[in-house]
Amino acid sequence: MAMKSPFSHPLLVADMAAIISEDYFEPWHLISEHQQKSELAKQFGATATFVGSMRDFNDDADVSEMLLEHYPEMTKRYLEKLEHDAKQQWPIIDCLIAHRVGHIKPADAIVVIACWSAHRRAALDACNWLIEQLKFNAPFWKKESRPDGNVWVEHNTAG
Amino acid sequence: MSIQVKFFASLREQVGLSDITIEQASTAAEVWDLATDKQQQPDNVLVAINLEYAKLNSSVNDGDEVAFFPPVTGG
Repeated sequence: MAMKSPFSHPLLVADMAAIISEDYFEPWHLISEHQQKSELAKQFGATATFVGSMRDFNDDADVSEMLLEHYPEMTKRYLEKLEHDAKQQWPIIDCLIAHRVGHIKPADAIVVIACWSAHRRAALDACNWLIEQLKFNAPFWKKESRPDGNVWVEHNTAG
Repeated sequence: MSIQVKFFASLREQVGLSDITIEQASTAAEVWDLATDKQQQPDNVLVAINLEYAKLNSSVNDGDEVAFFPPVTGG
């Protein structure tokens, strides 16, 4: 579990997790379960999380459902690369990324990112970086069910 | 030579294909022309070769997988 660290102190790093799920997940349960199962939990001084959920509106239109398509082989690889790259930039001990695909209902969680580190800054900065990288580069596409038909979302919101 | 070509999301619907195999091409742009019968290419099309982002003028080789897709909207 010990790995060469780009940082000044020896860093134990858990096997990080990238989950792509067609099934509903409860985001806080996922985060809590991951933390409780971690062998390194006693080293966690900070946990930063981001949970993105489906709205029932977009661009002033009602949205009743969403279909989330992805490029399965590339998605998994890309999310794991993001976790690896985050580890190179910040002393994070553990990291979890989970993303839904398939049919999604309003209020369902779409994405979960959690970063654990000894101190707050690394977890916060890595979590922020990961969600921005994911939103603008990971190969997922949303198709919304609106009153006037099904519409592909053409771009992300600025933030 | 054999190149697997994939299309995703709105681009798949626009092109009318999810995947196709082509026999010969030297760049991703040429793959697009051959796979789509020279359909108009959207300005914002993204391309990946063997699961890594690439450019339209990137070279392709025998056995490559080339994917075309629109801007991503996950998260």
